[in-house]
Amino acid sequence: MSSQGIILSGLDGDRTWRLADYIKRGGYEALRKIIAEKISADDVIAEVKKSSLRGRGGAGFPTGLKWSFMPRAFPGAKYLACNSDEGEPGTFKDRDILRYNPHSVIEGMIIAGYAMGCERGYNYIHGEIFEVYSRFEEALQEAREAGLLGKNILGSDFSFDLFAHHGYGAYICGEETALLESIEGKKGQPRFKPPFPASFGLYGKPTTINNTETFASIPYIIREGGDAFLALGKPNNGGTKLFSVSGHVNKPGNYEIPLGTPFADLLEMAGGVRGGRKLKAVIPGGSSAPVLPASVMMDCTMDYDSISKAGSMLGSGAVIVMDESTCMVKALERLSYFYFEESCGQCTPCREGTGWLYRVVHRIENGLGRPDDLDLLNSVTANIMGRTICALGDAASMPVQSFIKHFGDEFAFHIEHKKCLVPQDVQREGSKIYVA
Amino acid sequence: MLSPESLKKIDREIAKYPPDQKQSASMSALRIAQEEKGWLSSETIEFVAKYLEMPAIAVYEVASFYNMYDLSPVGARKITVCTNLPCALSGGVHAADYIKKRLGIDFNETTSDGKFTLKEGECMGACGDAPVLLVNNHHMCSWMTEEKIDQLLEDLKK
Ligand SMILES: Cc1cc2nc3c(=O)[nH]c(=O)nc-3n(C[C@H](O)[C@H](O)[C@H](O)COP(=O)(O)O)c2cc1C
Ligand code: SF4
Ligand code: FES
Repeated sequence: MSSQGIILSGLDGDRTWRLADYIKRGGYEALRKIIAEKISADDVIAEVKKSSLRGRGGAGFPTGLKWSFMPRAFPGAKYLACNSDEGEPGTFKDRDILRYNPHSVIEGMIIAGYAMGCERGYNYIHGEIFEVYSRFEEALQEAREAGLLGKNILGSDFSFDLFAHHGYGAYICGEETALLESIEGKKGQPRFKPPFPASFGLYGKPTTINNTETFASIPYIIREGGDAFLALGKPNNGGTKLFSVSGHVNKPGNYEIPLGTPFADLLEMAGGVRGGRKLKAVIPGGSSAPVLPASVMMDCTMDYDSISKAGSMLGSGAVIVMDESTCMVKALERLSYFYFEESCGQCTPCREGTGWLYRVVHRIENGLGRPDDLDLLNSVTANIMGRTICALGDAASMPVQSFIKHFGDEFAFHIEHKKCLVPQDVQREGSKIYVA
Repeated sequence: MLSPESLKKIDREIAKYPPDQKQSASMSALRIAQEEKGWLSSETIEFVAKYLEMPAIAVYEVASFYNMYDLSPVGARKITVCTNLPCALSGGVHAADYIKKRLGIDFNETTSDGKFTLKEGECMGACGDAPVLLVNNHHMCSWMTEEKIDQLLEDLKK
């Protein structure tokens, strides 16, 4: 873990998650400032807009704009939800935020609740990180006891309460409407949109959902100003961002760096490619983002615009690094299995299509590929994309399309020669248990 | 029937939601029930349903939708190893193979003494710590080299 940023910086010792430690780092100053100076809800939203903060959960939607969609004068409850259901392969940043700086998320949510007039929030925490969930509950208790949550926060007439909801193993609950269904105690199946959550969300009430890292960025924006946050990154790509680097690097981990940092610098921070091997490919934004070949990636800077111009997505900021020992067919097989396994089954194109994708990639990998299999894969993806309720269908298709586009030769070789271009012992050596 | 301690925990979960939305606690109630019973039998699911004033079928749907609930008996220790791509690039599959060899079982099998069940998991949101595994859903173990796996299996046998 290393930080040139605002969320994971200044974290020393093993009590960084405690309220007292957070306050020492300037925590809850933003909230105190809003209450003391009676800053209006509109002004808070304006500041967030000015920061050009874009949602850190994957879609990169401008946060201030999203907040302004919430109905102002709504009679009755409005809700806030934090998406900590981090399960997109390659992404492990929200876990570190919640482990080491949970109060930044709590403060961010309180401020969001104030700005949008929500009375209650839920943080939906990924099933597999029970220990993090327990710690977050403790942090909530600390905040409640300090008068930072609950009725009449810091003596003002603003009340907001916040609770943690624990997932139990379903990637699809990261999709925001599936997440709401899940909080309602149902199967996590995405809803048709519209209506959007801002008009019909949790329990049918107006709801805003943001990612953990998005909320954790808010205190800084209010404390230091939207301009200061924007200046940390580059225009239209405000701030610093966490990148989770995994795969074939010497120092996997989270790196919080300014948006716009060259990929080459990030790779160097992560200790470079393992064993002095050559970089082959990078998935720059989580498993759903299109893969990019090394040469393209080495020319990118890490921000929404640059990665999108290169034909991929910054997504959640999960950078999966693959070196020359990687078999791209096997890599895709593993991802396709994941989407097949995690499809919620509501839409026929996704339910059936993800099964087809997996089975065809699986047979290519196992030496049973047929000459027209690549056409078949492309046609299956064409039949999924844009025809489903949620974006999981697209997320399953984009890896397939991009792996074939950039590494088609390798797939063709598998089909023709019934084996891999990369020798088995090289693959084994490259993917073995690695101790830095 | 669940123990008074479990019911107390479930009550605490119910209190997190608006009074007319008790069903929101179904996920945590099932988790708490599974912690106590080891797995979720239909009697346990029906009990949870009654407790939350929900139709049993609605609770059953939840129990079968989410991967971490066990609807059939598992060993005293359930080990789930992540083999998704980022972990697979960094020893996830090797770690799983090593555990299979040590326990003499494959994925979705239980050792004959009923002590261990092995499962294959999807991304746990901890890919930088690969190889990663979970013990009984709640305890995450990071950087699981062969030596650390040996140690873990020893500790879990006790
Ligand atoms: C299949 C699927 C999985 C998703 N998983 C996550 C996730 O784990 N965390 C997350 O914040 N957003 C996830 N999203 C995006 C959310 O739907 C939503 O856009 C996001 O939480 C909004 O927060 P933001 O605007 O702060 O980024 C996922 C979307 C899809 C379609
Ligand atoms: S696209 Fe797939 S995951 Fe999304 S709602 Fe449809 S079936 Fe479910
Ligand atoms: S891929 Fe194993 S924890 Fe993410």
